[in-house]
Amino acid sequence: MCRCDGLLCRGVLLALLGLSPVAAWGGDAGGAVGLGRTATDDEIRAWDIDAAPDGDGLPAGGGTVGEGTGVFAEHCARCHGATGVEGPMAALAGGRGTLATAHPMKTVGSYWPYATTLFDYIRRAMPFDAPQSLTPDQVYAVTAWILFRNGLLEQGAMLNQTTLPRIQMPHRDGFVPDPRPDSR
Amino acid sequence: MKKSRDTPGSPMIDARHIGPPTRRAFLVGAASALGAAAAHALLAPWPGRAADVPVDPTRVPGAPATDYGRRSTFEHARRLATPQRSRTPLQALHGIVTPSALHFERHHNGVPFIDPARHRLLIHGLVTRPLILTMDELKQFPSTSRLAFVECAGNGGREWQGPAGVTVQDTHGLTSVSEWTGVPLATVLREAGLRPEASWMLAEGSDAAAMTRSLPLARMDTALLCYAQNGEPLRPEQGYPLRLLVPGWEGNTCIKWLRRLKLVSAPRMTREETAKYTDLMPDGAARQFTFEMDAKSVITAPSGGQRVRKPGYVEIRGLAWSGRGRVGQVDVSVDGGRSWRVAQLQTPVLPACHTRFRLDWRWDGREAVLQSRCTDETGYRQPARRELVALRGVNSYYHYNAIQSWKIDERGDVHNVQV
Repeated sequence: MCRCDGLLCRGVLLALLGLSPVAAWGGDAGGAVGLGRTATDDEIRAWDIDAAPDGDGLPAGGGTVGEGTGVFAEHCARCHGATGVEGPMAALAGGRGTLATAHPMKTVGSYWPYATTLFDYIRRAMPFDAPQSLTPDQVYAVTAWILFRNGLLEQGAMLNQTTLPRIQMPHRDGFVPDPRPDSR
Repeated sequence: MKKSRDTPGSPMIDARHIGPPTRRAFLVGAASALGAAAAHALLAPWPGRAADVPVDPTRVPGAPATDYGRRSTFEHARRLATPQRSRTPLQALHGIVTPSALHFERHHNGVPFIDPARHRLLIHGLVTRPLILTMDELKQFPSTSRLAFVECAGNGGREWQGPAGVTVQDTHGLTSVSEWTGVPLATVLREAGLRPEASWMLAEGSDAAAMTRSLPLARMDTALLCYAQNGEPLRPEQGYPLRLLVPGWEGNTCIKWLRRLKLVSAPRMTREETAKYTDLMPDGAARQFTFEMDAKSVITAPSGGQRVRKPGYVEIRGLAWSGRGRVGQVDVSVDGGRSWRVAQLQTPVLPACHTRFRLDWRWDGREAVLQSRCTDETGYRQPARRELVALRGVNSYYHYNAIQSWKIDERGDVHNVQV
């Protein structure tokens, strides 16, 4: 079975016919090489898990702060502490107003620019010992709970693909483009 | 062939030297009786034990050929490993290439175990044809090889707050150089066909962190999709079977275990490019998308934790590099930066690659503070620590590239200091 691309095949054929010594090298990669196959929608859907600040990529579903309380207790508290700040791993709340001090505390509430970032990260990488094991509803719920702990959501709030991108994070405008080189 | 502990040793091996008769001694003795051909099947596996070293290696048949080489029994340089990172022993290396087994590691939820036959790269988003590629297919594209460093953005990050590391492995061990082989990113993207709105690319790994970064296409003309390192398939901890390499950029952008490229029109603002890998300034603003690694250098000998044995000749050796091109010049000071001499650069001097430098020196036995300072081909000069701290404070963690100072005390012991 011939696995070459069309150009190469044609070049070999021409060379065999003695037509042109250049044509034998016709397989240059100036254009498409002809490798790979078209991905199916199902294949894309299975891996396409990222979410953008405008909400693009957020899945269907939703969750409330109340539901998030249980998700957090079951899946998160053993690393982040009962209220999300005791550790041993990263504190998830607090730190507002510390970034310009000698002891900045970077948390979801004090530092993260978008709520979609939090959703995306939990969905892809948490819980640490079982990443990608939570359902979209559970991810929405625990995202809501962490935002509630940061004072960014009311206790009765519900998050979904419409409401999550609307949340204004406190440090959203605190990021600046790279000005380096900043020394001579 | 049975082995026996009480068989007399070969007269070719000094028994006083090797102690009690050993299996190796017996085998060598047997070899002389059986002939050279049989000996190769009989000798002990390499590397041997230090206790088995013959007094005169010219008088004892050596070990047979092996199917995969190992370093000498007497060499012990190793990475300093914690669960999520390991550091390259720069003080133990020569030249510019890092042995693959000593290339530093950084991963965010372990090294995944991946069967290359099942691994796929998906390219989708703003493309004319979403594409799935196997590893076999990726290896059929036009290939290219180049030397390049990979440096973690956090290399030296603990030094912002004061001298933290003891050795150069502690302070600078999150940078390494390999010869990388793969296919240019542009070649593979052409296969999928970029739509005009595509300006950023989300790259994602298939590790348990599903590591993800958004990268601006316009600045990635030298990026490679790599499947080989120093002539072999990538090491698992370096992204086997496929990684991105963006020469000169912070290591985190060089996504390992690469499984997905999504073409988009704006950065996706993932956790790693917002909460992490951003540089917090004293005014509370955070610099974002700080990709290039600025020019940097460090003296690897004499360096922290070593001892200069006695006054006299010392070859000062070190490494210099820049993410913005080639190293232009390296200056060395032995008096804490008051005076400088130009070091010799070992060729080749390559862009986005370590360059080895050296300088002859005679230590007079008095306290000395050694420094090196790299100027890259753009004219950028590596800053003094006080200069860098004045600009960025001490809380930005990433991208620390200040001049490193090593103090040699009157006993010859070398210490990490900041002057």
